[in-house]
Amino acid sequence: MAEPTTGLRETAAQTAGPYVHIGCLPAAAGLGDVYDRPLGAAPMSEGAAGTRIVVTGSIYDGTGWALRDAMLESWQADAAGLYPGQPGADPAVGGFCRFAADAETGLFRLATIKPGRVPMRGGGTQAPHIALWIVARGINIGLATRIYFDDEDNADDPLLARIEQRPRAETLIAQRTGEGTYAFDVRLQGPGETVFLDL
Amino acid sequence: MAEPPAPLLPRDRTAHPVALDPDYKTSVARSPSQPLLSMESTASEETGPRFGHGVIDPLDNDLILNWTGGAAPALGERILVHGRVLDETGRAVPETLIEIWQANAGGRYRHVKDTYFAPLDPNFGGCGRTLTDAEGRYRFLTVRPGAYPWPNRGNDWRPMHIHFSVFGHAFGQRLITQMYFEGDPLIARCPIVATIKDRGQIDRLVAPLDMAMARPMDHLAYRFDIVLRGRRQSWFENRPEGM
Ligand SMILES: [Fe+3]
Repeated sequence: MAEPTTGLRETAAQTAGPYVHIGCLPAAAGLGDVYDRPLGAAPMSEGAAGTRIVVTGSIYDGTGWALRDAMLESWQADAAGLYPGQPGADPAVGGFCRFAADAETGLFRLATIKPGRVPMRGGGTQAPHIALWIVARGINIGLATRIYFDDEDNADDPLLARIEQRPRAETLIAQRTGEGTYAFDVRLQGPGETVFLDL
Repeated sequence: MAEPPAPLLPRDRTAHPVALDPDYKTSVARSPSQPLLSMESTASEETGPRFGHGVIDPLDNDLILNWTGGAAPALGERILVHGRVLDETGRAVPETLIEIWQANAGGRYRHVKDTYFAPLDPNFGGCGRTLTDAEGRYRFLTVRPGAYPWPNRGNDWRPMHIHFSVFGHAFGQRLITQMYFEGDPLIARCPIVATIKDRGQIDRLVAPLDMAMARPMDHLAYRFDIVLRGRRQSWFENRPEGM
């Protein structure tokens, strides 16, 4: 049962709209370097432990058209499966990255390190994954999903195991395309629709 | 954080807009048609990026001056926007990042994709950011943004609004929303506002004029409080004293 609260309700979301870049990625809006320290330019720095990887993909709408105006954010553990702030976490891993779908092609690109397995409350682990959050015009509340990897052992992952229609689990698994490179497309609607999360 | 953080309270989806609303045409092809996969939050949602004062410059929360680095003020009605960030359990959310972006006083965004013929203000960029203080309070100085037309139905106009991005302390608390202004007749006509089906939730996005924080001969003020998802409390933490 839910615990007693003060009864406050979460503030309602609204779409990030077409101009989200102004506030979150000013350079992508054509504003140049507004801030000396843009946030989330990279999820790790030079000395980070782990395997360098690059994930690329597109976000397709229900008609099969790639979104050109989406903003994405990623959050991940270090190579040992520890999140920034947790004891022993790799100080060279910030974990957070912010990037945009290309305004001409819709392609996005995330250069990072492969995260480790993340322990679960009460035992067990989650397979290596990167949490992904997608906002854009026409998306009324940010969409959460995850990037898993096809060259990892995903068999016992508790989230993937909850997907009733087994083929849909594939929508969360990035496909290895080469040395350290992966392809991961998101489909917002229709055939092959990505599994979106409510956690 | 030696202890693993507590699970987040499940999101009350009725507090939020529907994904698909035919009156907001872009949502039709961009809304998932399958149900979301629900389960208890994990470390991946319960942790999140933290940004310190090191990333913030003194003018970052002054949109009147930040675009010119203090050289010349932006055109428009000068306003202070302030409020508190709390979570659903009523606790302040301290030291969390808020980013805002908005159109200028004429309703024009400084963005490569905005082609509205209202002019750019050479002294206005339209973006700012700040951290909440220890009590969850934040403030921005800016100009009141203009309403603007957008291609949707035949003659749709966005009410005056400021876009807000809030982080909280957990990636699962991430929220982007919009603040509207008390008394704007366009709010009731806006299909984006109307994606929220709970009237009370809409009202909470409408910031009231706050004359107590207005500064005579300088700026008006509007108050906008924000509530993020809370964390589950263990039962004994909530037990009243003596029980
Ligand atoms: Fe807007």
